[in-house]
Amino acid sequence: MTDPTRVLLTGNEAIARGAYEAGVTVCSAYPGTPSTEIFENLAQYKDVLYAEWAPNEKVAAEVAYGASIANARSLTAMKHVGLNVAADLVFTAAYNGVGAGFVIVSADDPDMHSSQNEQDNRRYAPFAKIPLIEPADSQECKDFIKEAYAISERFEIPVLFRVTTRISHSKSLVSLSEREEPVPARYVRNMPKYICAPGYARQHHPQLEGKLKKLEEYANSSPLNTVERKGSKVGVISASVAYQYAKEVFPEDTSFLKLGFTWPLPMDLIRAFAVSVETLYVVEELEPFLEEQLRAAGIACIGKSAIPNMFELNPEVVRHGVYGEEPKTAQLDVKVVARPPALCPGCPHRGFFYVLSKQKHYVISGDIGCYTLGFAAPLSAMDTCACMGGGFTLGMGMAKAFQMQGITDKKVFGVVGDSTFFHSGLTGAVEILYNKGNIVPCVLDNSITGMTGHQDNPGTGYTLSGEIAAKIAIEDVLKSFGYQNVIIVDPQDIAAVQKAVDDALASAVPAAIIARRPCLLIKRIRHDIGSCEVDREKCRGCKICLKVACPALHMRDGKTEIDPTLCVGCKVCAQACPFGAISRLGDSQKGA
Amino acid sequence: MATFQGKSILLCGVGGQGTILMSKVLTAGLVSAGYDVKMSEVHGMAQRGGSVSTQVRYGEKVYSPIIGRGEADVLVAFEKMEAVRYAELLKPGGTALINDYEIMPLPVSSGAAEYPQNTVEQMRRAFDVRLIPASEIAKSLGNIRCTNIVLLGALIRAFSLEAIDWKDALNKSVPQKALALNTLAFDAGYAFEG
Repeated sequence: MTDPTRVLLTGNEAIARGAYEAGVTVCSAYPGTPSTEIFENLAQYKDVLYAEWAPNEKVAAEVAYGASIANARSLTAMKHVGLNVAADLVFTAAYNGVGAGFVIVSADDPDMHSSQNEQDNRRYAPFAKIPLIEPADSQECKDFIKEAYAISERFEIPVLFRVTTRISHSKSLVSLSEREEPVPARYVRNMPKYICAPGYARQHHPQLEGKLKKLEEYANSSPLNTVERKGSKVGVISASVAYQYAKEVFPEDTSFLKLGFTWPLPMDLIRAFAVSVETLYVVEELEPFLEEQLRAAGIACIGKSAIPNMFELNPEVVRHGVYGEEPKTAQLDVKVVARPPALCPGCPHRGFFYVLSKQKHYVISGDIGCYTLGFAAPLSAMDTCACMGGGFTLGMGMAKAFQMQGITDKKVFGVVGDSTFFHSGLTGAVEILYNKGNIVPCVLDNSITGMTGHQDNPGTGYTLSGEIAAKIAIEDVLKSFGYQNVIIVDPQDIAAVQKAVDDALASAVPAAIIARRPCLLIKRIRHDIGSCEVDREKCRGCKICLKVACPALHMRDGKTEIDPTLCVGCKVCAQACPFGAISRLGDSQKGA
Repeated sequence: MATFQGKSILLCGVGGQGTILMSKVLTAGLVSAGYDVKMSEVHGMAQRGGSVSTQVRYGEKVYSPIIGRGEADVLVAFEKMEAVRYAELLKPGGTALINDYEIMPLPVSSGAAEYPQNTVEQMRRAFDVRLIPASEIAKSLGNIRCTNIVLLGALIRAFSLEAIDWKDALNKSVPQKALALNTLAFDAGYAFEG
């Protein structure tokens, strides 16, 4: 009954497997939810392919493209906002064309499960003038990746491979195949192709337009686009996971045009399908990407008038949009309390944000990572968070605005993590120094890329495949720029953090703070784990300790109690307590 | 209208409670029985002490990896308040297996909100509720971390999925050194008379 060759894989696992089977040899990425596991899974194939974590998505895309120029099939992958960072390379790579196949995976996040926006990266395909492929389950993730390399090489163009959270993080059955070992052509210099000087670029653009015309012809016969002919009353055009939802909602006699190759669109195929049905629906998540093209071609269809253009779809949302049906649900009279994400017990970021939270005139420009949670109540210690690297530079702009407005009581801190520092904090650190910013750059160095699930970075001393690597010291980088006063502090020592902040603000020379303590979840480090307890005689129930926002603390009968199963003994709460009521088990004996 | 012929199971709890491992064993068993299976979960920020959910769907043919409101046949809640949070996804009259266990969210422990006392009572009004002291059972077996497999045993009984070789599915999904404990946990959950 069971097919032993079929295994249950996430879309991300299937993409990694597909790249392996396609004979890919060079892969570079920066982690970002929901794309991260693609590269974590590529690491298992390190005997036959090279895969790395790059400092950011632009670097990753460039490394992968360089490999393509040198005739190696290459892969880069990123979350949707990562493509904004990599876009600089992608647009020109489209003009120049590729050597061996070059595939860019964009993992979009409709509903913003773990993201700052829900931009629809299908729009990048027409904008950058590159073909777009969208799988609808894990089997297609694997199979379509292989087709993506064939298309990239046949038309000498980068291919955008777009998935979403529900493709990346859903598991479905996949049949595996063997790897096809590539036989790369020998590299030969080709300046007219790979130099983007205007004289060549003016030749590249018409070449690119020609490729797109041929790609549209291909789209009309591509095996990635399939017609499921059933009845002639209702037809549905759909792609990606939205297709799965539509299949569950529309009746058996509905005809489907399922698109896997979605740019350039197969307009002949679409026209033929449209005239074969009485009513045509376009079911797509987020933007009316397909619908707009149909309308531009004069094809009548029902799209975003029925299907929302925001958030994630599911069968219920599609059913409601198409048939107006309300789901049958039970109404319960319970006041459910939110469970907002919080810094873990023992998180090194806690002490740093606790100190900053105490001063209302501090302005804190935050960034993307676990430490974004410094915004969460009761710490509430953040003013802005917009994009990777923005911690330094948004703060810089705010400081300049305060300066121009004559405001002198605000003290601005720009906060980035260690991985973010290497991603795009470097240029911000230069900006602050070069343009005399009245802002203290702070690097919260927990020695790992935390929020995405613990990936290594240039500061950790390890590579994606676990090999020992150059460990780049953030203090050396800052000093080499010209920060003459780099203060390194243990964020778990509240008094020391306060002193570092005061010293940095008073510094006559450019100052920066590095708050350094490894994340407790790093497995290869031996952590000092203990447990704190409350002396109920000394506790006065003032709740000051609760301001450190630790999940291990709560009130019981008017006094603080610490959950021993959650507490790791970091003592940040003990330092916050004005009455010395909290201590770590074993500490008093040591002192005596 | 096309109707989904298979079953949809929703697992929910608090990050770190083991919903992902339970879904791994569950899907391994369902795949071995020849079903088409889809599973969906969300990673990232939600893992940091937040509310987590995993959806498992199986049948002859499964299209969508996720469900909407009122579409789950069974809800397995690793924590009482989480059962209510996800209750709108469960069909009225559907089965709710609820671990008799509370985890205080930060707004409660900081005194800004109160943990609701009427979760199970309200769930009983709309659903077929089976309250299981899964964490207590797991503790008595020696490790609260096998709460997930106790709940799996209870689910298999509630859903009459005995035809599948669950011991084999456990064997494929849990580390060898934890197999004995998890086998005990599975049996205890299966045997529990609610």
